[in-house]
Amino acid sequence: MIRINCPFCGPRDHSEFTYGGDGSIVYPELEAPREAWHDAVFLRENICGVQLETWQHVHGCRIWLTIERDTLTHEIHSVRPAHPGIAAALHSKEGAGT
Amino acid sequence: MTARRLESGGRIDRNQKVTFDWDGKALSGFAGDTLASALMANGETVLGRSFKYHRPRGIMSAGVEESGAIVTVGKDTRREPNVKATMQELYDGLTATGQNAWPNVRFDLGAVNGLFSRFFAAGFYYKTFMGLPPFEWGSGTGLWMQYEKLIRRAAGMGTASRAPDPDHYDHAHGFCDVLVVGAGPAGLNAALTAAEAGRDVLLVEQDFELGGDYLNDPAAEPKRAELVTAVRNAGVHILTRTTAFGLYDDGTAGLLEKVTDHLRNPDPSLPRQRFWTVRAGATILATGALERSIAFENNDRPGVMTAAAARVYLNRYGVLPGTRILIATNNDSAYGTAVDLEAAGAQVTVIDSRAEQNAGTSERVSIQYGLAPLEALGRPNITGVELAADTGNGWKPAGKQGCDLLLISGGWSPVVNLSSHRGAKPAWNAEQACFLPGQTKEPIFHAGSAAGIWPREACETSGVAAAQRATGEAFQTIAPGGWARTIKPVYEVRASDRVSKAFVDFQHDVTGDDIRLAHQEGFVSVEHLKRYTTLGMATDQGRMGNVIGLALMADALGKDIPDVGTTRFRPPYTPVAIGALAGRNVAGHFKALRRTPLHDWNLRHGATMTEAGLWHRPWYFAQDGETIDEAYVREAATVRETVGICDVSSLGKIAVQGPDAAEFLNRVYSNGFAKLPVGKARYGIMLRDDGMVMDDGTTWRLGETDFLTTTTTAHAGKVMVWFEELLQTRWPDLKVHVSSVSDHWAGVSIAGPKSREAISAILQDGTDISNEALPFMGVAGVTLKGNIHALIARISFSGERAYELYVPAGFGEAMMDLLWPSAKALGGCLYGMEALGTLRIEKGHVTGAELDGRVTIDDAGLGKMASTKKAFIGSALRQRPELLRQDRPQLIGIFPKDKSQRFKGGSILCAPDGTSGFGDGWITAVTHSPALGHWIGIGYISGGVEAWRGLPVIASDPTRSGDVEVEIVSPHMVDPEGVRVHG
Repeated sequence: MIRINCPFCGPRDHSEFTYGGDGSIVYPELEAPREAWHDAVFLRENICGVQLETWQHVHGCRIWLTIERDTLTHEIHSVRPAHPGIAAALHSKEGAGT
Repeated sequence: MTARRLESGGRIDRNQKVTFDWDGKALSGFAGDTLASALMANGETVLGRSFKYHRPRGIMSAGVEESGAIVTVGKDTRREPNVKATMQELYDGLTATGQNAWPNVRFDLGAVNGLFSRFFAAGFYYKTFMGLPPFEWGSGTGLWMQYEKLIRRAAGMGTASRAPDPDHYDHAHGFCDVLVVGAGPAGLNAALTAAEAGRDVLLVEQDFELGGDYLNDPAAEPKRAELVTAVRNAGVHILTRTTAFGLYDDGTAGLLEKVTDHLRNPDPSLPRQRFWTVRAGATILATGALERSIAFENNDRPGVMTAAAARVYLNRYGVLPGTRILIATNNDSAYGTAVDLEAAGAQVTVIDSRAEQNAGTSERVSIQYGLAPLEALGRPNITGVELAADTGNGWKPAGKQGCDLLLISGGWSPVVNLSSHRGAKPAWNAEQACFLPGQTKEPIFHAGSAAGIWPREACETSGVAAAQRATGEAFQTIAPGGWARTIKPVYEVRASDRVSKAFVDFQHDVTGDDIRLAHQEGFVSVEHLKRYTTLGMATDQGRMGNVIGLALMADALGKDIPDVGTTRFRPPYTPVAIGALAGRNVAGHFKALRRTPLHDWNLRHGATMTEAGLWHRPWYFAQDGETIDEAYVREAATVRETVGICDVSSLGKIAVQGPDAAEFLNRVYSNGFAKLPVGKARYGIMLRDDGMVMDDGTTWRLGETDFLTTTTTAHAGKVMVWFEELLQTRWPDLKVHVSSVSDHWAGVSIAGPKSREAISAILQDGTDISNEALPFMGVAGVTLKGNIHALIARISFSGERAYELYVPAGFGEAMMDLLWPSAKALGGCLYGMEALGTLRIEKGHVTGAELDGRVTIDDAGLGKMASTKKAFIGSALRQRPELLRQDRPQLIGIFPKDKSQRFKGGSILCAPDGTSGFGDGWITAVTHSPALGHWIGIGYISGGVEAWRGLPVIASDPTRSGDVEVEIVSPHMVDPEGVRVHG
């Protein structure tokens, strides 16, 4: 059972989360050509080692997270909110020491 | 083996006699006994029959490694097979029976297998029954299936009860700083040290008493008692009768606590077993070590057991297991046992396979050096041993010696299973002749004999050290080993010219010859060896024999043991009952149940419910004596004639709010939403990234920045997650907030020509919902009589003039109490899912059965809805050439050719000459249409209605309704122009 340290809720069992997908994908603009969408939707690396993933704390605060996880050891190297605004707000709050 | 209970000694309570039943015989033991010690004290020797050859088996150990005394405990619905008698606490009234034998374990007809044993070598069943050489006769499933039934009956373990489990089980969760597994000398010291350092400590012990090896040494009792008291006083949480069966990621451990398995009449409020999930900051494994056997001819005879086991039976249970005892050892550990047995009155001889100058000594027992057992004599019980002498180049027979108990110490194997679960590869230590636990980056530490540390004082110190390490303090490193004289590895003893039945894995009847056969047939990987011979795959996971098997394989390969390696252990360490895994999630609690706010109201008004995902929804409302078919046809007909009311509260509802809400919906839906006016609803279809349909529903614009989106019942959760994903990961710049409000509203659909009339009567005076005020797709806030605020939208799934009326969930019943009398007075009805299905099938409206994730918006016949003026999710990839093919399956309606016939959902649509194979399409849903007076269906067929109009088609359903000739029609089977909905 992987434990994920949710930035809002603290360390929780992975059963509270759902796996989203490859967190390194930058989805193209909606108007982008079919080929760009094809690559974003269908092409995936099969990484043995650290990969970027999205997870949602679906049975918790429902935040979407970007997580660096080692696919071999399940070790989690970093957890941050996927939303850059939320991540920045959290960072500045932590910086303020509250 | 002539065992007897001693007059004194041991930890049993001789004042508390316990009676039990063994194979129909009433026997007695004492409180504190295990089933094994009580059976031994009663002189029972043959307790089981082996898996393959049905050889008689007796007690081989005193613990979790037991491979011989495997029995069935309990009776009737509480019958549990494959219980190790050595692990079963004795209780008054316990019933146990021998297994895998007929008529009983003492006289078993299955033993005839032993006569043919040379044919039953490794891989026998596969080689023989998967096809008979030379032409693989009988290969394929047919014959094998027949053989398999017979084989499974003959070979095997006990049988479980077929009746439902009468017991209940619990799940529990635990958290601690330090988890200590094993409460022996190392574990108790580790727990105490960690607790005294201020840590929250959980100590788990599979035995019913704390102490581990202290329990087998009367002299250690004061020390044990003192330690246990100190551990309790230090606030350590203790779970006995609890096995840590697996270690998982991030310090998670799985424990199984046997709560009532040792009680005759347990409190019925207690669970039988408790399945614990524990999250620990650090884990200390003080799991001990298990003594190994040695492979030699007939080493499985009752009366052959491990040396340490004899010490346990003597010192803990007060049973002297034999009177003329021969102890065969290759290490120092057996000498203490020899002395204790001799002191208890047995005649003891030790044979040490080491040469004299290297071996142990004792003044009190006779010792012979350079000898090992070659063959156990006697049947079924042992009467003597043929010895073998070490020639320096193998073994040669060296005379016979009589005995009634043969004790073997072939070395010790630390229990490395749990850290192996975490991927820590056990490492072979040649000096100690055992696998030591592997290294891991995780905070998992070994102590005591689990780390290959043998002397008790060193185990105690290592427990303290492991706790110091776990709590981040300075610690002393304790090296493995500690015997005065080194062990001499002996794995198998055989004279080179003799074929022998020398068992490596007792429980699965794997012999040394099987290992060599596997090598001969080309198996070189230890993982393959395991699977081919089934070595170590029984319920004991090869605790006594794995190392022997590896050593023999290494020998056959001409390699060293480290080069052969060991298989990776996997959870569970000991068997876990399925009931414990399920816990309370059984029967009605198997999955969550969702009830709509109108659930009770529906039941009071005659609803028969059906499951729709987690929801319970009204299926139909039968009137006196009606069948389901009669009820739904009446309900659907009533809707088309007057008015019907249906609970639609389970539809997903999402509040989409914010300045960019319209823009967001416009990107998500394939049709336009940017210009949807306030006070209007729109039906929308959303696609996935890959261009396939995800879900459909209506969205109501309640205000400039305020939308209410409805989803299908099935996809409510998925769509909510999708919206959150898009807003948080892809479009963080959009100022939109989404909240699930599915449970906040009670909703009904009011459908039929008289729907407006039914609703108008319950609105507060002056509220206008005329066609002009509330045209098709209009949305308004209204107030019902009694000042109930409601949302109304004029939308239709049935094709009739229809409305959806939503009130806050708490007002649901109040709304129904107004609405239902009003509709009833107009000749209306309540209708359920079945009639809802009829109405939508007649109209060709799609739902989950049609939108199954494999269809495009064009396949569903809704391609024209997709905007060509904007890009949206899925707009790029829906243009993939394969998805634009004209011959893709497309939505169609289906009529029987002969209108009196019916067909079934799931039928395959085929051309008349193509009823085998995949067909050209399929039927997703069928109903009897009251509007048309015959059965109809919808489904998909390659090329759609244009390709098949007027052509004969067969709806093929070979296992149920057979072939029915049908015709393919437009999916809009009733009122295709849609005049009724606008009226």
